[in-house]
Amino acid sequence: MRRNTFSAVAVLAAATLSLAACGGSSSSGTPSASSSSGPSGEITVFAAASLTGSFTNLGKAFEAENPGTKVTFSFGPSSGLAEQIDQGAPADVFASAATKNMDQVVEAGNASNPVAFANNTMEIAVPADNPAGVDSLDDLTNKDVKVVLCAQDVPCGVSARAVFKNAGITVTPVSNEVDVKSTLSKITLGEADAGLVYVTDVKAAGDKVSGIEIPADDNATTTYPIASLKNSKNADLAQAFVDYVLSDKGTAELGTAGFSKP
Amino acid sequence: MTGASPPEATVGASTIGLDANIVVGREDFELRAQVRVGPGEVLAVLGPNGAGKTTLLRALAGLLALREGHVEVGGARWDDPAANLFVPTTDRRVGLVFQDYRLFPHLSVLDNVAFAARARGARRGVARTGAAQVLERLGLDSLAARRPDQLSGGQAQRVALARALASEPAMVLLDEPLAALDARTRLEIRTELRRHLSAFAGPSIVVTHDPLEALVLADRILVLEEGRIAQTGTPSEVARRPVTEYVARLMGLNLYSGCLAGPGRIVLDGGGELRTATRSVEDLAEGSRVLAVLSPGAISLHLGELPQGSPRNVWTGTVSGVELLTDRVRVAVTGAPDALVDVTAAAVAELQLSPGQEVRLSAKATEVTAYPAP
Amino acid sequence: MMALDRGDRPGRRDRDLRITTRTPWPMMLPALVAVLFLLLPLAGLLVRAPWTDLPQLLSEPEAFQALRLSLVCATAATGLSLFFGIPLAWILARSRRPGISVLRALVTLPLVLPPVVGGVALLVALGRRGLVGRYLDEWFGYSLPFTTTAVILAETFVAMPFLVITVEGALRTANQGLEEAAATLGSKPFATFRRVTLPLIAPSLVAGSVLTWARALGEFGATITFAGNFPGTTQTMPLKIYLLIQNDPDAGIALSLVMLLVSVAALALLRDRWLSSGARL
Repeated sequence: MRRNTFSAVAVLAAATLSLAACGGSSSSGTPSASSSSGPSGEITVFAAASLTGSFTNLGKAFEAENPGTKVTFSFGPSSGLAEQIDQGAPADVFASAATKNMDQVVEAGNASNPVAFANNTMEIAVPADNPAGVDSLDDLTNKDVKVVLCAQDVPCGVSARAVFKNAGITVTPVSNEVDVKSTLSKITLGEADAGLVYVTDVKAAGDKVSGIEIPADDNATTTYPIASLKNSKNADLAQAFVDYVLSDKGTAELGTAGFSKP
Repeated sequence: MTGASPPEATVGASTIGLDANIVVGREDFELRAQVRVGPGEVLAVLGPNGAGKTTLLRALAGLLALREGHVEVGGARWDDPAANLFVPTTDRRVGLVFQDYRLFPHLSVLDNVAFAARARGARRGVARTGAAQVLERLGLDSLAARRPDQLSGGQAQRVALARALASEPAMVLLDEPLAALDARTRLEIRTELRRHLSAFAGPSIVVTHDPLEALVLADRILVLEEGRIAQTGTPSEVARRPVTEYVARLMGLNLYSGCLAGPGRIVLDGGGELRTATRSVEDLAEGSRVLAVLSPGAISLHLGELPQGSPRNVWTGTVSGVELLTDRVRVAVTGAPDALVDVTAAAVAELQLSPGQEVRLSAKATEVTAYPAP
Repeated sequence: MMALDRGDRPGRRDRDLRITTRTPWPMMLPALVAVLFLLLPLAGLLVRAPWTDLPQLLSEPEAFQALRLSLVCATAATGLSLFFGIPLAWILARSRRPGISVLRALVTLPLVLPPVVGGVALLVALGRRGLVGRYLDEWFGYSLPFTTTAVILAETFVAMPFLVITVEGALRTANQGLEEAAATLGSKPFATFRRVTLPLIAPSLVAGSVLTWARALGEFGATITFAGNFPGTTQTMPLKIYLLIQNDPDAGIALSLVMLLVSVAALALLRDRWLSSGARL
């Protein structure tokens, strides 16, 4: 018994020491790096889930171009991320999939001057073999075509309904999915005949689904804003990352994922 | 002796009651027993724990399949492994009264008794009417609405019997029917049970380890020891001429085995000898194996001089134990031979008996009953 | 004081009393923490609830529709679980065949499976392109996903193991001597099961049903994945609440309160009527 207590204390002590070591190395790293030219240190980027692929790539490229930096991502639904930031989560940059969520963060005083860095548009997604033979928006009004949409409560659902409004059609879905991923999965599994999702989602799904373009006049565009956050402990690096996303390299990377330049 | 037993025991058994030759094997235990019970006859199966009594009942009830042999009741074969025949319990019509009664706790007494009729397809109303009649006949109608957990032990036993009888069984089996009852209730129920079993037309078997129960309830007793039949006979036969130490102890007798060494003289296996006046062994050849019993009450115990009119059997021994029974004191004496001797409590006080004390024992030759060993 | 007490009431009774009334503190403290941990979030819901807007939030037809669908589907799923789960439990409890323990592990798998995975599994098996579902579609032109039936199936898939393990445990400990007694009275095995075994395990049956019903009522992952989400056909309360929370947390909390109330009411009702009286067995 007594020996156990002792070893538990030892483990605790060791853990405390290693924590201290971590803190020491990062604080000593910052000044030495700032004495050289570029920014350095660590930042955490909160980004919308739809940015997972492109931002992961951008992060690696950014770290390669700026030795001594480390970019950590936390991907999730924009609404949830905004809520976390307002609750004091330690984030340096916020990239949102909707202006609404960014506005919330700005209003709370946690960011200022957000910049639009990407646009996402909607596309009709159908299973690779397109069993219902869908090739236009009008086909979605057919009762025999099983259409899945995002629920009105989430951004992709709002966009989908905007598209129908623009096209002047009424579509009754078989399901209002809770997010774009579950909408897409109903299509990849062939349970639904068609659905409206972001262009970027169709690209990411590869050859399991094919996309049918929506005429630009009818389409709804979602704008992605980005901003560095007030509470950042490394504002320089945060701003450097924002600039990198807005640069040509950033635009190119986002372009391969299906985003367009605003 | 055969004349003393009821006629059914010998005549009925061979005609149309139960005829069974039971061979059942478990991993470390085998039961082999030939059992015959006539219609209306009550057989008590007596034996120590683990003798195979309950196994015997389960085999008869079809809760256990025979390995060899057969079970036949009222001329119908129920189990015959050689012929690949096995009638399941459900179709056997055995009224089995379990030691723990096994009344259905969720049903009223009436519905417990009506259960068999319901199981055989009777409508609820019909079944209940029949059950009510059975309860009335057994004087249990006042319990009809109760649940089993509202019954005393004696009442539960009565209801269990009523339930078994109401199923119109071809044979009634009772497993230690009185074991769970207190002494007073036991006496009451035993009398009742005797009456109900006498009224039952088919064969009945009562399993028990209580000799009194066997003597009172049964027309015939079968003693089972270690999976084998040790003795069968009428209650008086078994009570007066036990053939095993177990039965002798149950009947409260001193049992000795030995050889006939002359007219009325028995040399005992354990040392010592006894004189007997039993006429039936007079015809036996010298050297025959015999058994002799001597009741503890027929032995006198003395400290000093022997009284006048000296009895034929006199020997010395040492007191090894003194046990108080309800109305007398039983003294265990080691000697040649050993003996249990019953004396009055007053005598114990007067003689100041205590273990280690040397005593003299005496018994009349007429009190020593001898008979050929089986 | 203790000494006085002992002097007043000597013997066994006194000892028994002390054993049953005292809880050792190494049990007491964690138990207290557990209670707090379980009740605090519920208290949070109550505090955050938009009490003034509550009537208006709850009078929305969609909320009522979702609640009704939830109750109907959970009850149907419980019914299915009883009908299929009791025989399964009986076999698991009574069969001596080899491999029965493997079967037991397999059928209780949904207990540990993330419900979303369960939903995907159901799609892969019963969906329009699923192993079995494709034939439903080919032969009858019927496809399960996006139907109320799919909701019931998803809930049954996730909740039935609760019934099976509860009932199996009861069958295992049930007095088989009573079944023997029934056999000697001429009762065939199935009749014995119906007339004797089932009434004997009734308390566990009720407890299992309540667990199953509660689990089905709260089902989210498998339902959203397999059945989708459409008001009136597949949108149960948990789905409705999940979506509401994203945009209108107050409305979401209001509906959560309703769920809480319904569950507590159902549990309390059943507990009073059945569970306590069943403790007798």
